[in-house]
Amino acid sequence: MSAATSAPPRPTDTKPKKSKGLNAGQGRLGLMLVAPTMLFLAVIIIYPLFKAIQLSFQKDAGLDPATGLFVEGGNAGISNYTHWLLQKCGEVDCPPGTLGAQFYDALWVTLFFTVVSVFIEVILGMWFAMIMNRDFKGRGLVRAAILVPWAIPTAVTAKLWLFIFAFDGIANRLLSTVGVNPQLWTSDPWAAKFAIIIADVWKTTPFMALLILAGLQLVPGDVYEAAQIDGATKWQTFTKITLPLVKVPLMVAVLFRTLDVLRIYDLPAILTNGGGGTTSLSMLVIKQIRSGFHSASALSTIVFLLIAFTAFLFIKFGGADVVQRPPKSKKKEPAAAPGNPVAANATTPGA
Amino acid sequence: MTTATTTATPTSGRTEAQEIHFKSDRNAKIRMYLGLAALVIWGLAPFYWMVVTAFRDVGYTFDTTPWPTHVTLDNFTTAFSTDRGNHFGAALVHSVIIGVLTTAVALLVGVFASYALARLDFPGKYAVLGVILGASMFPGVALVSPLFQMFSNFGWLTGANYQALIIPNISFALPLTIYTLTAFLSEMPWELEESARIDGCTPGQAFRKIMLPLAAPGLFTTAILAFISSWNEFLLAAQFSTKSTQTVTVAIANFTGAQPHQEPYTAVMAAGTIVTVPLIIMVLIFQRAIVSGLTAGGVKG
Amino acid sequence: MALRMHKRRTLTVMAGAVAVALVAAACGGDDGGTGSTADSGAAARGPITYVQGKDNSGLLGPMAEKWNSSHPNEKVTVKEQSDQADQQHDDLVQHFQAKDPSYDVVSVDVVWTAEFAAKGWLTPLKDKMALPTTGFLEPTVKAATYNKTLFAAPTSSDGAMLYYRTDLVKTPPKTIDEMWGMCSIAKQNGMDCFAGQFAKYEGGTCNATEWMNAYGAKVVDDAGKPTVDSPEAAAGLKALADHYKSGDIPKQAITYQEEQSRAAFQDGKLLFLRNWPYVYNLASTDKSSKVKGKFAVAPLPGVSGPGTSTLGGHMAAISAYSKYKATALDFLKFLTSPEQQKTNMEKGSLAPVIESIYTDEALVKKYPYLPVLKESIANAVSRPVTPFYPQVTQAIQDNFYAAIQGQKSPEAAVKDMQSAMAAAGG
Repeated sequence: MSAATSAPPRPTDTKPKKSKGLNAGQGRLGLMLVAPTMLFLAVIIIYPLFKAIQLSFQKDAGLDPATGLFVEGGNAGISNYTHWLLQKCGEVDCPPGTLGAQFYDALWVTLFFTVVSVFIEVILGMWFAMIMNRDFKGRGLVRAAILVPWAIPTAVTAKLWLFIFAFDGIANRLLSTVGVNPQLWTSDPWAAKFAIIIADVWKTTPFMALLILAGLQLVPGDVYEAAQIDGATKWQTFTKITLPLVKVPLMVAVLFRTLDVLRIYDLPAILTNGGGGTTSLSMLVIKQIRSGFHSASALSTIVFLLIAFTAFLFIKFGGADVVQRPPKSKKKEPAAAPGNPVAANATTPGA
Repeated sequence: MTTATTTATPTSGRTEAQEIHFKSDRNAKIRMYLGLAALVIWGLAPFYWMVVTAFRDVGYTFDTTPWPTHVTLDNFTTAFSTDRGNHFGAALVHSVIIGVLTTAVALLVGVFASYALARLDFPGKYAVLGVILGASMFPGVALVSPLFQMFSNFGWLTGANYQALIIPNISFALPLTIYTLTAFLSEMPWELEESARIDGCTPGQAFRKIMLPLAAPGLFTTAILAFISSWNEFLLAAQFSTKSTQTVTVAIANFTGAQPHQEPYTAVMAAGTIVTVPLIIMVLIFQRAIVSGLTAGGVKG
Repeated sequence: MALRMHKRRTLTVMAGAVAVALVAAACGGDDGGTGSTADSGAAARGPITYVQGKDNSGLLGPMAEKWNSSHPNEKVTVKEQSDQADQQHDDLVQHFQAKDPSYDVVSVDVVWTAEFAAKGWLTPLKDKMALPTTGFLEPTVKAATYNKTLFAAPTSSDGAMLYYRTDLVKTPPKTIDEMWGMCSIAKQNGMDCFAGQFAKYEGGTCNATEWMNAYGAKVVDDAGKPTVDSPEAAAGLKALADHYKSGDIPKQAITYQEEQSRAAFQDGKLLFLRNWPYVYNLASTDKSSKVKGKFAVAPLPGVSGPGTSTLGGHMAAISAYSKYKATALDFLKFLTSPEQQKTNMEKGSLAPVIESIYTDEALVKKYPYLPVLKESIANAVSRPVTPFYPQVTQAIQDNFYAAIQGQKSPEAAVKDMQSAMAAAGG
C-alpha cells in the first residue's frame, strides 16, 4: 500500500475549471462516492494487514509437558521474525525439515520464478504483439485463441499441466520422439521449476502481448515508413521507435506481473506441491498456518513488505508510472496509457 | 541482375524488381501466418489436450494418441456424480452464486468510485487511487490468517456462509473494476451530461438517463472481468470454503476418485472442460470487449 | 483525512464484530452452560449427532437407521462433511472452538487424535467412559492413545501390502534382501523392480516410516519423544537410497503418489509394488490393466521376516462438549461392533479393526487379500501420535526425500529429522 501511495502524484492536471455551479460540492460528493469502496478495502485489506502485524508479535500455543494440553503462548517479541529471517527455532538454528529452514529456499525460488518468468513473458509477449500488429484475416480468432489461457482458472491450468507433465504424460512422450529422456516434471529440482515457469508463461504471455499490442497500435504507421525510407534497419526501428513508445505500458505490465509471481500460490501448490524445491513464499505461509498462526502472520507480513518494497522500487526507479490514470488524461500523449494490468491475472491477489 | 531484366521477364509480365518485391512480400506473409499459427497453437494446444482427455475412457488415461480415441461421455457423468464424495454440481452452483453477487456488488460500489475518480476533484483523490492500486498489488496470503481468525470469530467458517467468500472477492474485484471503469468513464462524451443538466436534469438523473446507457458496454466488460476474477479465485476459497460453499476451483483441485488415493485425471479434465467452456464461449463472443477492457485506456472500447 | 476515515470505519466494523461474537457466545452459552466440561454429561442420554467426512459408499444411512431402530429415544443424526481432509479438520476445529454441543461424536483421521486431545476437545475414554478394546487389532488402539489415555475408538483401518507378479515370481519375497535378489527377474523382463510412494507428501512419510521401522527403528518412543536419530533408522533410509541409486527403484518413483505407482504396476512396468488394498480391485478390473489375474499380495517384506506397515484409517471420538456422553459411548460401541465392522467391509471395503472378521469365510472369498491385510495391520506401526503432527510429518518427508536422492547421507537425514521434531516441541 505504502508503495503505491508513494508514487509521486502527477501535478500535470491543472484543473480545467468548468462552470462553477457544476463543481460546487464536488469534494463531498467525491468522498461519499469512494466511501463504500474504501470501506470494503478497509475491512478486507487494511484491517487484516494491521491485525496480521499484531498477531505476529504473539507466541503460538505451546504444550504443557505436565498435562499434555495446549497453553496460550503470550508475548513473542520479535521471535516470530527472527524465526524466519535468522532461522531460529527457539534457541537453536532451525534444522532441515522444519518450515523455518525453508524460508530462504522459498525466497530464492520465488525470486527465480519471478525473474525468469517475467523475462520470458516480456520477450515472447513482444514477439506475439509484433505478429499481431499487422493486418490479417481472422484477427478475432487469433485474439480469442490467445485469450483462452488467460480465461482458464489457474487451478484448472495447474491440473491440466500436472496431467501433461505426468511421467507417462504427453510432454515426456513428445520429448521422447526427439530423443530426450523422460523428465520428472514434478520433483526433479530443475524440471519442476521449469514446469511451473512453462505453465505460468503459457497462461500470462498472451495478456502481456495484448498490453504491448495496445501500445503498438498507437504508433502511427507512417513513423515506420519514414524510418524505412531513412534506411533504418529492423533492429534500429525496434530499439529506437517501438521500444520507447511501448515503454510505459510495458513497465507497468512488468510491475504487475512481477508482483503476481512474487505472490504465486495456485500453480505450484497444485502442480508440484513443492516438489523439487518449488515451495513458494505464499505456499510456505499456508503450510505454516495449520501449525502456528502467529508465526504464519509474521511470515505473511514479511511477504507483504517484500512486495511493497518491490513495487516501490519499480515506481520510483523503473518508470512504472501507475498513478497516471486520472481523468482528462486525453490531452496527454496517448501512447503512455498503461492498459489494464490489474486484470493481468483475473484471479487477483494470491493467484 | 538488372542487366538480365529484359531477357528474363517472366511470362506473367512482372519485372524482376517487382518479382523480388512480390517474393519478399510473400515470404513475409508466409512468415506472418506461420507466426500466427504458432500463436493459435500456443493458446489452444494444452486446452485441446484437456478436451481430448475429458472424452477419453478412464482406462486409457495415459494413452498419448494425439487425436481422440476411446471416446466416451463417462467422465462427465463421473464429474457430476456424487457417489465418490465429489460435489462438482453443487460447487458450480456455489461458484455462480458467489460470482454473480461479487460482480453485482463490485460493479455497484465500483461505479460510484470510478465516477468520482473520473469526473470529480476531491481532497485525497490520489491517496484513494493509491490505496486502490495498492490493494491490487496486495499478496492474498497476508490476509489468510487474520481473516481466518476474524471470520472464525463471526462463526462464518461453517455452513453456508457465502459472505466469507463474497466479501473478500469483492475487495479483490474492486481495484480491477474501478481501474477498468475509470478508464471507460473518462473517455466518455461528458458534454452530453452537462447539456442534460442544463435541460433541467439533476446530476443523478443526468447520470442515470444519459450516461449510464452510454457506459453500458464498459460496465458489461467490467462485469465479465469481475466475474472471471471471482470464478477463478482459489487461495482464499481453499481456506474459507466449507462443504456448503465449496467453489469449483477448490472442487477440481481436490477431486477424488472412486477409491481413496485415486486421482481421476479424465474426470478432472472433464470438470475442467465444463468450468472453462463457458469462459471460452464468453471470450469468443466478447473478445473485442474483453481485449478493450484488458487494455482499457490504450485501445478504444 | 483518509486515514482517519479508515480508522473510524474500522472501529465501527470491529464494534460490529464484537457484537456478533457476543451474540454467538450468548447462544453458545445457552445450551453449553451446564455441560461443557469433559466429565459432565457422562451419565446423560439423549439424541446425538455423528459427524463424518463424505460417505463414499452409502454406509451412513443404513448405519443410522439401524441404530435408531434400537434407540428410539437416543436417535443419531448424521452430518456429512466435505470430502476434503483439510476441510474436515478445519470444520471440526471451528465447532470445537465454539464449544458446539451439537457435535457429539466426530470421526477423526488417525493423525488428528493427539492434536484434538491436547486441545482438550475430546472426552477421555476412561473410568465411567471406558471403552473395552479386547479383540481389536492392537496397533489401531495404540494410535488412538495419547498420554496413556484412550481418546477415540478406531472404526476403520488400513495397511500396506506388497503387490507382486505371480507370472514372474513364484513365491513372494519374505525379506527385503530376498526382494532385491529378485530384481534380476525384473531386469530380464525389461521392467522396474520395486516402488512405493516416494514423493514428498504424506504418503512419503508412510513409506519412509515403514522402511525405518523395518530396520528396527522407532520414530518416537512411548512417551512421544523423538528417537529417530538411530543407526537403525539410518539403515532403513540407506537401503532405500542405495537401491534408488542402483536403479532397483526407478528414478520416477520419487514422483509417485499412490496413483502413479498403481499405473506403473498395472502397465506391467513394475515387479513389486507397495500400496494400499484399494489397488487390488482396480488392478483386477481396470480395462487397461495388463496384470489382470497375474498378481497377488503378500505382507511387506522386513529384514528377517514380515515387515511393518504404516497404519491408516479413521476413529470416532466423543466431543468434550457433548451433552449426552452415555449415549455417545454406546454409539462408539455400536460403531466398533463386529456386526457393523463386517458391514463396512462388505459394502464399503473399509478394513475392520476387529481381528476375527478377517477370517470370515464369505468375506475372504470376496476379498482374497484379507488374510494378508490382517497380517499387515497386526504388524503395523502407527505414525507418531503427537499434537505436532504437521511438523513431524514435514520433518520426515523433507529429510527422507533428500536422503533417497543422495543429497544427504542417511545418518545426517535422521539426525535432522530428530532435531526438526524436537524444534516443533513434539
